[in-house]
Amino acid sequence: MTTQETAKPAPPAIEKIKVKVDGREIEVPKLSPDYTGKLVPTTMLQACDAAKTDVPHYCYHPKLPIAGNCRMCLVEFGTPALGPDRKPVMNPDGTPKIAKSPRPAIACATPISPGMEIYTKTPTVKQMREGVLESLLINHPLDCPICDQAGECKLQEYSVDYGQSASRFVEPKVHKPKAVDLGPRIMLDAERCILCTRCIRFTRDVAGDDALGIINRGSYNTISTYPGMPFDNNYTLNTVDICPVGALTSKDFRFQMRVWFLKETKSVCTSCATGCNIVISSREEKIYRYTPRENDAVNSTWMCDYGRLNYKWIQREDRLKDVLVRGQKSSWTAALSEIAEKLKQAPTGSVAIVASARQTNEELWLLSKLKAKLGGISDSIERTGDADKLLLVADRNPNTNGARLTGICFTEMGINLPKIADGIASGKIKTLIVFGEDVTKHGISAELLGKLETLIVSDILPNATTAAAHYLLPGCAHAEKRGTFTNTKGRVQKFMQAVQPKGDARPEWDFLHDLVYNVTGKNGFLTIEGLFNEMAKDVPAFNGLTWAALGNTGVTVTI
Amino acid sequence: MSFTVPPNLEAEIDELITHYPVKRSASLMLLHAVQEHFGYISQEAVEWIAKKLGLQPINVYELVTFYPMFRQQPVGKYQIKVCRTLSCALGGSHELYKHFCTKLGLDPHQHGLQTTKDGKFSVEFVECLAGCGMAPVMMCNEDFYENVSTAKADEIVSQCK
Ligand code: SF4
Ligand code: SF4
Ligand code: FES
Ligand code: FES
Repeated sequence: MTTQETAKPAPPAIEKIKVKVDGREIEVPKLSPDYTGKLVPTTMLQACDAAKTDVPHYCYHPKLPIAGNCRMCLVEFGTPALGPDRKPVMNPDGTPKIAKSPRPAIACATPISPGMEIYTKTPTVKQMREGVLESLLINHPLDCPICDQAGECKLQEYSVDYGQSASRFVEPKVHKPKAVDLGPRIMLDAERCILCTRCIRFTRDVAGDDALGIINRGSYNTISTYPGMPFDNNYTLNTVDICPVGALTSKDFRFQMRVWFLKETKSVCTSCATGCNIVISSREEKIYRYTPRENDAVNSTWMCDYGRLNYKWIQREDRLKDVLVRGQKSSWTAALSEIAEKLKQAPTGSVAIVASARQTNEELWLLSKLKAKLGGISDSIERTGDADKLLLVADRNPNTNGARLTGICFTEMGINLPKIADGIASGKIKTLIVFGEDVTKHGISAELLGKLETLIVSDILPNATTAAAHYLLPGCAHAEKRGTFTNTKGRVQKFMQAVQPKGDARPEWDFLHDLVYNVTGKNGFLTIEGLFNEMAKDVPAFNGLTWAALGNTGVTVTI
Repeated sequence: MSFTVPPNLEAEIDELITHYPVKRSASLMLLHAVQEHFGYISQEAVEWIAKKLGLQPINVYELVTFYPMFRQQPVGKYQIKVCRTLSCALGGSHELYKHFCTKLGLDPHQHGLQTTKDGKFSVEFVECLAGCGMAPVMMCNEDFYENVSTAKADEIVSQCK
């Protein structure tokens, strides 16, 4: 049932050509995808990449149109020499004679040709890199100690390789605007900017908002918006990621933490059904930022500002931290065994489940096992917003497809909710299990909840439903557990744990597994890996998947 | 002050646009036309031009800030441009510039264009006016002057009514 997909879609066979990088021959495709995926002639930089040879660069970015303005990628090269008869000239040993170009070329924008030789390690290349770097640093404020980019800055990195320890520049530096409020989420330090235009190209060509430009002239060149028009689309923070230096900084992350202290955890954004791949940066159990992680099948290298900044709730003070039984603090063992007893005695058809499409595939599957055993009905709750043209979709649940595939809800989410409400009203439904939703906002009023014999609720933050719970089980944000979501296109993606759960909270899959075992006698999944693999065997759409095979970027299944 | 483009100027601009295969290529011509008419290019003018050409205002603003010949503020009735490139600098253009400033009550050390309080004169340094053999050279509005001594400068000023 699964369609294994590699990150790049398999293009029709492309002719390969042979080139040499620093004397080593490699075969590279004649054409490579540009930032839109269109096939265009392969560049020297891409050939060097294929040869695992680093070519320093600032303005080049694989997901942006090529600008060729920074000159950091200059290399030397040669091509097979042709005689007057247009035939290749041979060396005495029978190899083709190479005519070395008298001039260097920028690797990022120069196409390769058959037999080309690229030289990246010559003294001239080294000198050119040193020269470019020195010129870029002429007016640079050298304020790394207070710069957020320090530790992940290309100026710093290349300075280690090609920089000088002391500046030869004795003239006064040109000063430019600092701490410029470019938009609600972005701050610009024009003195640190190297004018690579990545930010301009991103917002114009990827985000479709031609909002940035270079104003003034010569050494006064400055990145700017049009006066009075703030840089404010839903993708502005990506410019902070791609700015190779500390010129563009995120107002949210600015001055919060030195990047080298941050622990990086591979995760997935949960703010809509796209499921952009992200890195969660945390230190000492506190989350400092989300940044996008490349996945060409999902989000390329981007994410939206809305999703990126939607993490503060995880650190809210009022997080649910205690297991409560009828309002009294209790323990997991006591609460879970009491619940198991109640469920075992529940007559068939007297239990209903409302589970959020923000729960993981594994959790929803476990709940579906409970439902099957108890002969109950279940549903989930829609969550929608406006979609945009790039990544954000209208479905704001990260796992709508997971809820469908595990059988928690129908294609049309929420159609069982009135039935559940009616069932409670008529007294047929006596037990309600709610995971991660406030049902009082969705047709099951607090008054109805009051009619239940047993209300079992798991959530992360308090709400009217958690307030009414007989059994309250504190759950975890995705950043506090492991699991998988199935995105809007059917991509099953896993995420890892970045920080510890708050208080007594436990990952829902972990205590659900105990509960399901107690109620159904089913076992065999003590770890998330085992649980996932078990689920994959059981859910037709997931057949053939394994936790390990999901890799870092997931697998697309048929939905 | 609201920004209105008179019909004859708009007609001239519409005609200018037809000279180019791509509308955007007409940007500079439009800026010249607008500056000629209004004396400078206001923010409203930038926005009007951008709209006319189907561009974002930043695209036009980049040009206005790039070329020193485009002005974002009104200038004096008489605009004095003194060349400061090498030949003229050697030929005494700095003294000439200073002379104009002192005479008209402007600060000779301030960077960029300055206008007298009565709005009659603007003085600025410009780059090579292509009269290097006759340094120092200057322009007063569209009139070109070579070998300008301070005496000649006074005479030029006195001719401005
Ligand atoms: S702000 Fe950053 S991304 Fe934009 S041009 Fe400057 S260095 Fe490049
Ligand atoms: S598009 Fe959706 S998944 Fe991607 S970052 Fe935004 S909210 Fe998150
Ligand atoms: S990376 Fe090639 S010129 Fe900037
Ligand atoms: S240097 Fe002044 S006119 Fe050329």
